[in-house]
Amino acid sequence: MTFEDWFRKDRLPHIFCAGCGNGTIINCTLAAVDQMGWKKEETVFVSGIGCSSRAPGYIMTDSLHTTHGRALAFATGVKMANKNLHVVVFTGDGDLAAIGGNHFIHACRRNIDLTVVCMNNQIYGMTGGQGSPTTPLKCLSTTTPYGCAEPPFDLCELAIAAGANYVSRWTSYHVKELEKAVLAGLQTPGFSFIEAMTQCPTAFGRRNKFRQVIDHVEYLKAHSLLKAKRDRLFEEGKEIPPDMFVVGELMRRNRPAMGVLP
Amino acid sequence: MTRTEFWQGNTACAEGALAAGCTFFGGYPITPSTEIAEHMAAKLPKKGGVFIQMEDEIASMASIIGASWTGARSMTATSGPGFSLMMENIGFAAMTETPCVVVNVQRGGPSTGQPTMGAQGDMMQCRFGSHGDYSVIALCPSSVQEMYELTAKAFNLADRYRVPVFLMADEIVGHMREKIIIPDSVEKIPRKELEKGVLPFKAGDDLIPGFATFGKGHHVHVTGLTHDERGYPCATNVNLHHNLVKRLVDKVENARHDLADFSVINPDAEEVFIAYGAPVRAVQQVLHDRPGQDIGFLQIRTVWPFPDFALARFKNARRFLVPELNFGQIAREIERHVNVPVLSIPKLGGDLHLPRELTAVLERGL
Repeated sequence: MTFEDWFRKDRLPHIFCAGCGNGTIINCTLAAVDQMGWKKEETVFVSGIGCSSRAPGYIMTDSLHTTHGRALAFATGVKMANKNLHVVVFTGDGDLAAIGGNHFIHACRRNIDLTVVCMNNQIYGMTGGQGSPTTPLKCLSTTTPYGCAEPPFDLCELAIAAGANYVSRWTSYHVKELEKAVLAGLQTPGFSFIEAMTQCPTAFGRRNKFRQVIDHVEYLKAHSLLKAKRDRLFEEGKEIPPDMFVVGELMRRNRPAMGVLP
Repeated sequence: MTRTEFWQGNTACAEGALAAGCTFFGGYPITPSTEIAEHMAAKLPKKGGVFIQMEDEIASMASIIGASWTGARSMTATSGPGFSLMMENIGFAAMTETPCVVVNVQRGGPSTGQPTMGAQGDMMQCRFGSHGDYSVIALCPSSVQEMYELTAKAFNLADRYRVPVFLMADEIVGHMREKIIIPDSVEKIPRKELEKGVLPFKAGDDLIPGFATFGKGHHVHVTGLTHDERGYPCATNVNLHHNLVKRLVDKVENARHDLADFSVINPDAEEVFIAYGAPVRAVQQVLHDRPGQDIGFLQIRTVWPFPDFALARFKNARRFLVPELNFGQIAREIERHVNVPVLSIPKLGGDLHLPRELTAVLERGL
């Protein structure tokens, strides 16, 4: 099989805008799932609300498209009630970090055996471009018309602090790295969190001086700071540029986990 | 062999759930329902089931819906403030036709109100609390025995009708202790599995689709969005939405004769009490103190869907008297169905109506 065999073909075409990065992230995720050799009937995709959360509707497995922010709580019920099921969660920055923030930290604390792929486009895309908890300072959105005045969350730091076993961050540019990271997450028992920074030309890019889709992808690439380089800068006592974000495998450990078959 | 116990209502509720085959409990501590969670936490793991304490009641409700899709009989228990938080996912359960049981041991509200005192203030909330049109089933126990029996029954109804079923208890019934007779076993009617080749949200004459359990190869898509019979989102089709929501309402409302659970005493009386939950006990005392047939009594156990046809059993009724631990939530429902006066007898604060208070209302006459 290939990643294409996992699609619900009678549901295509999808609703994502031209230039959206979500399709790239779904492909990377499904390519990793495919490599696990899992059967479709033992795999469940769960999501909340938002652009990212439409993903399970395009995948030919049992899939649960739930309420805003609650995907991890639903997924916890699915996993704990049937530990034979492989449960993968698609979410976004608004879904996970705003309305679902409490469920996020508690799922990390429980270290429940789920793999969570967060499509972080730094904006509420589906509702037309409102500021989210990851919208960078000074960026424009319909609810931050004078520039975002609130400092953003670092979702990976949050997941690490709350106890997730596996944490990594890549972008929609780094497709090979992203696929490998999702695969590592799927292989790691306990809670795995993969943040995929992605472009949203419709709601974010056009308000923030990314005239072309590729301009935003180039920005994500150029502002990615490899973890090894970040560590080196840190050791040398040098400052980490404030507009850069760290990419790479940020945590891999073996805390006690829930929902893992004995 | 049956056995006799002396139990608290909340214990009876948890034991009724275990007898019915509940294997998943997701909950959050809240007075006066916590004993149910504590009992399940102690018992479920030893039976191979799952107890999980979630981070809040929103998550509790979400977890039992997720568990239900794997085929588990799942439940949660809460009280007013937690019940308010559950409303979001109760609507999701209604829209996705997910069987689950929600126990509300009611306390005085609004807001934090009276955590340790009984009330029946959530009767309308359980029927209409989540946004949009839908219908649900709500059962009201008035004794420890009924806490056991109606909880067990709630699981069968949830599976049969694919709706959230509410056990609308109250602090008085939840915390009182009395004799209970435990049956050998309780009736368990299994959930109807989706047949291969049938669309997952296509209903037959009973308006209830077969259930596409996760992990069985159905590849079902479950969404809270308006969906077609395949389960696929279809949120702007006017007729499709109308027909879906009408089916969600009709599958319960059309079954209200089958769902009805009430008892009638002295159907020829002119003065008729109607009660559910704890106030039933006060009316029973009034009847006990005034033997004869001049006072009628309708005890309702299935409050939603409301058994309006039961009211017609009292052909000579000149007045219905409705003691409730709220300001007449069900009295107003009764008023919609009868042409004689309906007198609401509210009592708030946590005390049950005294029998003499009800007798005094009777003696004041029409």
